[in-house]
Amino acid sequence: MTNASHEVAKGPHHASGAAPSALSAHSIVKRFPGVLANDSVDFDVLPGEVHTLLGENGAGKSTLAAMLCGLYQPDTGYITRNGERIALSSPRAGLQHGIAMVHQHFRLVERFTVAENVILGSRDLSYKLNRSELEDKVAAVAESYGLPIEPGATVGDLSVGQRQRVEIVKALYQGAEILLLDEPTAVLVPAEVEKLFENVHAMTKAGKSIVFISHKLGEVVEISDRVTVLRNGRVTGHVSGRGTADTKELARLMVGRDIELTTQRASHATGHEILQIRDLSLTVGGVNVLSDISFNVHAGEMVGIAGVAGNGQRELADTIAGLMSPTSGSISISGSMTTDRGPIHARELGLAYVPEDRLGMGLVPSMSILDNLLLTRDRRVVVDRTTVRPEATRLIEQFEIKANGPDHMARKLSGGNAQKVLLARELSGGRTATKLLVVCSPTRGLDVGAIETVRALLDDARSAGQAILLISEDLDEVMSLSDRIFVLYRGSVVHETPGESAQLATVGAAMAGLKPEGKS
Amino acid sequence: MNGNIWVLASADSVAIATTLILAALGALFTERAGVLNLGIEGILLTSAISSFLAADSSGSIWLGLIVGSLVGALLAGIHAVLSVVLRANQIVAGLALVIFGTGLANFLGKPAEGKTVTTIIKPLSFGPLSDIPLVGPIVFRQDPITYASVVIAIVSSLYLFRSRPGLELRATGDDPATVDAQGLSVASIRIRYTLFGGLLVGLGGSWLMLAQSAAWHQAATTNGVGWIALALVVFAGWRPMRLIFGAILFGFTLQLPFTLQAEQITFIPSALMQMLPYLATLIALIALSRPSTRNKLGAPKSLGIPFVRDER
Repeated sequence: MTNASHEVAKGPHHASGAAPSALSAHSIVKRFPGVLANDSVDFDVLPGEVHTLLGENGAGKSTLAAMLCGLYQPDTGYITRNGERIALSSPRAGLQHGIAMVHQHFRLVERFTVAENVILGSRDLSYKLNRSELEDKVAAVAESYGLPIEPGATVGDLSVGQRQRVEIVKALYQGAEILLLDEPTAVLVPAEVEKLFENVHAMTKAGKSIVFISHKLGEVVEISDRVTVLRNGRVTGHVSGRGTADTKELARLMVGRDIELTTQRASHATGHEILQIRDLSLTVGGVNVLSDISFNVHAGEMVGIAGVAGNGQRELADTIAGLMSPTSGSISISGSMTTDRGPIHARELGLAYVPEDRLGMGLVPSMSILDNLLLTRDRRVVVDRTTVRPEATRLIEQFEIKANGPDHMARKLSGGNAQKVLLARELSGGRTATKLLVVCSPTRGLDVGAIETVRALLDDARSAGQAILLISEDLDEVMSLSDRIFVLYRGSVVHETPGESAQLATVGAAMAGLKPEGKS
Repeated sequence: MNGNIWVLASADSVAIATTLILAALGALFTERAGVLNLGIEGILLTSAISSFLAADSSGSIWLGLIVGSLVGALLAGIHAVLSVVLRANQIVAGLALVIFGTGLANFLGKPAEGKTVTTIIKPLSFGPLSDIPLVGPIVFRQDPITYASVVIAIVSSLYLFRSRPGLELRATGDDPATVDAQGLSVASIRIRYTLFGGLLVGLGGSWLMLAQSAAWHQAATTNGVGWIALALVVFAGWRPMRLIFGAILFGFTLQLPFTLQAEQITFIPSALMQMLPYLATLIALIALSRPSTRNKLGAPKSLGIPFVRDER
C-alpha cells in the first residue's frame, strides 16, 4: 500500500494535461522569521474542482492560501491564473482576478446587516447607497447559488453557519471564480457541515473552483476531487479521486509517521463521586448563561461536555474552578461545598484546571516553566525555587516537553509544549493531590502528534483514578474520550448519552439546538 | 425675572454650540475610523491662535478661518503619524498633543496678548425674520459658520449612514481586519479621517476665536471645550444628528453661570455650575472605560486599538 501511494505522491501535479488550471502556484517559497513556511510548493486548481490542501497546524497551508489570495507575497516562485502569470500585491488584486478567501475567523462587521457586509469594499457601487435595492441584489446573488440568506438581518444575530454563508455570498457577489475556504468546518456543527458541502457542490457545478483547507481527514475524503498534503512547508503527496483516498495514508503523509487516534474509555469501574453539581444557574448581565445544570463526575471517569462555542462552556468551567459565583445551585468537590468559596478553596480540595486560554489564563507567558509551576506549589512569602527545581526537571522529562530546562520561558514554548507544561502542573497536583481535573479544549490548535500525547495523558490520568471533566468544541474529541457525554446548548444540558453508544448525528443535532430524535 | 435675558441666553447656547458641534464632529470622524484623539483641546487652542494671527496680519477673517483649520489638520497629522503609522498608545499620544498644543498656542500667542481682532465674524440678519420674538434671535440671528456647522453635521450623518465611503469608514472603526481583507487600506482611511477630523476641530477653534472671544486669553480661550466635545461624542452615541442637540444642551449649561449671575440668582454657586460640563466629561470617560457600556453606547469596536495584520 505504501508503494502504491508513493507512486501517486510522485505523480505529475498537472495530471489533467491539456485543461488549463484556473489558478496555479509554481515553486512558491515563503519565509517568516525563523520559519520556512512554504518550501517550493506547487499547487493548482481546475475550474469546477475541489482541491484540498491538507496538513497539520503550521504545515504551511494557510500561508499558501494567503499568497494565493494576495494577503502575502511569495519570496520566490509565481502564481498563474488561466495560464497567465499574475502579481497579487494585495487582497484587492486577488479579488480583481476573481480569487476570494473565506477566512476561518470571519471577516464580517457584526453591527452591519448582511447586505452591508456583502457590498463592503465593492468598487462598482455608486456613492449613494440605496438600501432596498442593494438587499434585492444581494438576495438575487445568494439565491442563484441556492444559499438562503436574509439580507436585512444584522450579522451579529446570525449563527456561525449563517455567517459563513454570508462570507461565501460576499465572495460570489464580488465575482469570485476561485474560493479559498480556510478550515471552513472548524466552527460548524455536523448538520451545518452537510449544508456547506451542498453549497460547495452547487458552486463547483457552476464552474467555480474551490480550494478547501483542512486538517480533518474524514471530510477531506468526502469533499475533495484532489488532495495535496503539506508537511513542514513541503508538499508530501497528491491524491486524486473523490472518496477514494485512504484516510490512514493521508494521515501518514500529513504527520510523517503512523498515528493512532483511537477511542479510549474507562478501563475499569468508576469510583465514588468527586464532583457534584446541583441545579447550577448563572446569570451574567441579565442573561441566563447557565440554567439548572446538574451532574456528577466519578473518580476514574471522564465526562465530556459537547457544544458549539459560546453556549456556556467557559462559564461552567470557571464556575467549577471557583472563578465565578453561581446565581443559584451548588458545587461540591469530594463532598465539600465549594460554592462561593473561591478558587483557592476549590484547589485545596483537589481541583486542577486547564483553561482554554493556555498562555494567559493557564500559564504566565513571561515567566519560566519553573515559576509557572511554583504558582500552584508554594504560597509562602519568600519564593523557594530550589526545592521545586528537581520536580520541574522531572516533569519536563516525564511529559516529554521540548524546552531548554526549567528556566525556559513559557512564551517561547510551542502550543503543544505549553499545553504539556500546563497539564504537567495540573496533573501532578499542587499542595493537594489532584482529584478532579477540568480541561477546556485541551487540543485546540495543536498538531496531530501533540493531540495524541495530550489525549494519552488525559487517559492516563483517568486510569490513575482522577475524575475528569472534558469541555471541548471538538466533537470528535469528546466522542472518542468520554465515558458520558452532556450537550450544552444555550446554557442548558439538552442531551445526555453514554460515550460508547453516542451517535454523531444525535449529538450534533443537540449541539445545533434541535430536539434529538427519540430519547436516549 | 427678565424674559429677555433668557432668550439671549438661549441664543448664546446655540452660538457656543458651534464650536462644540465642529470639535465633536471632528472627534466623531476620527473615532469612527477607530482612532481616539484626546488632543482636541490642544488642537483647538493652537488653531484659535493661528487663526487670530492670520486674521490680524492679513485683515481677512476668512483667511483666518482657513489657516486655523489647516493648522488643526496639521496637528491631527502628528497624532495620525504617532497612532496609525507608529502604532503608539493613542491615549498617551493624545495627551501629549494636548500639552504640546497648549504650549505651542501660548508661545505663538505671546505677541497677541491683550490684542483684539479688528473685525469679527458677524451674525447674519434675515430682516423681519430676525425680529420674530423668541425664535428670531435664537434661529435667525446667528453667524454663517454656526449655520454651516449644523449643515455639516446633517451632511455628515448622511455620509456616515447612506454612502459607500461612510460604510467603509464605519467598518474601519468596528472591524479593520474585514476592511483589510477587502483590500482597502486601513492606515490610509484612518489617516484621512484623523486629518479631516483635525480640520473640523481647527475650524471650530478658529470660529471660537474670531466670532466668540475676539481676544486671546491663553488657555481661557477654549476653557476646556475640547474635553467637553470628547464627552459629547460619547453621549451622542457617535451619531452626528444627536450631537447637534447634545451640543446645544451643553452650550446652555456652559453659559448658564453667566446668565444666572446676570439674573442675580446666587443660591447655586456659579463655580459649581461651571463644573457641570466637566463632570459630564468625567462620566463619559468612565462610561467609555467599561467594555459593556462602551458597546451599548455604540462605540466603534476597535476604538483606540492600532491595527496590525496578524502575521503567522
